[in-house]
Amino acid sequence: MQGLKTPQIMILESVRRLARERLMPLSRELDLKGEFSWEVVELFGEMGLLQIFLPPEFGGLEEDKCLMFSLIVEEVAKACASSALLIIIQAVGSYPIVESGSQELQERVFPRLASGKELIAYLVTEPDAGSDVASISTKAIKKGEYYLIQGRKCFGTNAGVANLSSVLTKTAPSEYTFFLVEMNSKGVILGKVEDKLGFRGSNTQEVFFEEVLVHERDIIGKKGEGFLLAMKDFDMSRPGIAALALGIAEAAIEYALEYATKRVTFGQPLIKHQAISFMIADAWTLIEAGRGLMSKAARLWDQGIRNTKYASMAKCFCSDAAMKITTDAVQILGGYGYCKDYPVERMFRDAKLTQIFEGANQIQRIIIQRELLRERNINLD
Amino acid sequence: MVNLTETERITLETIKKIVQKDIRPMAGPLDEKGEFPWHAHKVFSEVGLMATLIPEEYGGMGLRYLVFSMILEEISKVCASSALLLIAQADGTLPILYRGSEDQKKTFLPELAKGAIGAFAATEPSAGSDILSMRTRATYSEGLYVINGQKCFITNGSVADLICLFAYTDPEKRAKGISAFVVEKGTPGLSYGKNENKMGMKGSVNSELFFDNMRIPESHRIGEENEGFSLMMKTLDSSRLFCASQAVGIAQGAIDEALSYSRQRVQFGKPIAHIQAIQFMFADMVAATEAARLLTYQAAANIDKGRTALISKYCAMAKFLASDTAMKVTTDAVQIMGGYGYMKDFPVERMMRDAKLTQIYTGTNQIMRVVAGREIVRGG
Repeated sequence: MQGLKTPQIMILESVRRLARERLMPLSRELDLKGEFSWEVVELFGEMGLLQIFLPPEFGGLEEDKCLMFSLIVEEVAKACASSALLIIIQAVGSYPIVESGSQELQERVFPRLASGKELIAYLVTEPDAGSDVASISTKAIKKGEYYLIQGRKCFGTNAGVANLSSVLTKTAPSEYTFFLVEMNSKGVILGKVEDKLGFRGSNTQEVFFEEVLVHERDIIGKKGEGFLLAMKDFDMSRPGIAALALGIAEAAIEYALEYATKRVTFGQPLIKHQAISFMIADAWTLIEAGRGLMSKAARLWDQGIRNTKYASMAKCFCSDAAMKITTDAVQILGGYGYCKDYPVERMFRDAKLTQIFEGANQIQRIIIQRELLRERNINLD
Repeated sequence: MVNLTETERITLETIKKIVQKDIRPMAGPLDEKGEFPWHAHKVFSEVGLMATLIPEEYGGMGLRYLVFSMILEEISKVCASSALLLIAQADGTLPILYRGSEDQKKTFLPELAKGAIGAFAATEPSAGSDILSMRTRATYSEGLYVINGQKCFITNGSVADLICLFAYTDPEKRAKGISAFVVEKGTPGLSYGKNENKMGMKGSVNSELFFDNMRIPESHRIGEENEGFSLMMKTLDSSRLFCASQAVGIAQGAIDEALSYSRQRVQFGKPIAHIQAIQFMFADMVAATEAARLLTYQAAANIDKGRTALISKYCAMAKFLASDTAMKVTTDAVQIMGGYGYMKDFPVERMMRDAKLTQIYTGTNQIMRVVAGREIVRGG
């Protein structure tokens, strides 16, 4: 990546080493067992990868936060996508507080997140509210200076392992508000752990809120600011998802490339067959194009310029590319690629989620067209 | 396009019922456990499906390839692994049917028809697409062949009662030096390695086979010595048709699941089936699946009608078109079902994993394009 400063290059180099030496050996086992790894949390916490968006005095980066975040995610995802998701969710979960939390709330939460030992989940999705976030039905009912939260969240990444969570609720019929909820509060009940196609080293769990008592000091930002905060969060996270998808794709095609130089068929290395080399050429072309979109979206965010359109383009393009590239990587390895002795089938399964979460790619296309009209001052509503 | 006789129609109706009753409910648990589908084997044996293509005189159903294709499609809609059992069965049976002596037919075909499990063993660790690189060697001496070597990824391998094995009898002569043999379970010198831990098609067993001075009587050689390669290719043509039917079934099954989900799932105030982006996905999915189905039926008809010059090309084209379609359609079906589609509570993620294998096995789609491309350029 061009234009990085020496300390940034050094950070990425050490992340790359961590990924290669510590995560690569773990990734297969995490996937096979479908287990969350506290060892990875510890590694990331010590390196500051869970603190990127916090203010510098709490271990966050000084500058180029979104770009560095994305590049770090990309490097980690090359070794283990489930681990990379941990970094993204920590950023997504803490972002409403970083962006809009009161001074009191920030002072309460930042030191805990700075420790790198506590995780924060982001609980927005509900059984009937996926792409359609506005349909959530979890309510926060005011009782004096307290609120009672009642409802159910699903597909909560890290929900079962986090101490803290940012929970989107309705405080009035069309009013959305985030609350910080301690996951050990009375009435927070964990539901089933999802059995997923991929990202099996990541915890995805259902959460019930049964009259969970929170104080009005636990409101993140202002009452009614929740929907806006959720959307802003996406502007930051989607370049990260794009990077996650790219990391998976790069690792898969790199593996396939190396295999294709060694596997001999019809008297020559596989890569000497045009049918194979063209697949690899197409894959790297998509990856390079995707990296352009991803870094543009991230740099705009870092410059404080509205990046919504580019964030959606990057997320959609890179995840579609990752699905295609991992499908092709398995193909290049043939029968071996289909077996769990090789990592590409895991990457194929992991890639599919990147097309779905943080806004299904269909939603990204809606956002892109909405931004296109907005840029042209066209209002058809 | 498809004209079925009354009997064929009844056969298909019966199989549809069996599939719903006995195969569908077990598809999820079978995938989870990753075992050979014994329940499917039992019910298939009872109704004669282990011998769809074997003529009635040898105890089989004597069905047309077209009808067998439609059966595979029906089964694959709900459980591709169970269909693969029948495909491997056919692959193991056809060489005997195509080139076996009358004695071999009388000995082995009725057994297979009663439910003995067949397998087709050609692939080796360094001979997949490039099958002539295989190293398994059969040496003739005094009325028998001594076979040494190994095979891998063999479907039904470790459970098979009869294995149709391909080995070099004259390696120098390459394609003109391969012979086929029937190997019975329990033959001394035959041993099993690991069953592969696969991404999908988990209700199917894929095994390593080892042959250590395994002695096979000359009477178990199928066809003439050194003429095994053309038999292998002929069998693979059929196998590719079956794979295409399986892929069409997987695609259709995924469409059915996503469709019923999207009629019920309400987002933005209406069922997502009424959202244009989703409808367009369905339109593309169904159009592609129909096209693949018709090409597959055409390939089947070419075999049934003995249009030998067209068989390889059509089977190859049907195989890659149908399996590429299945891959795209299942990926989109998961997409339509969003987070739910990604979870094991719904069958579409399994279908997506299963679909990937159809692009790979019985000749990768790259090999299919080699076969079709060569025929096309030759003017076939």
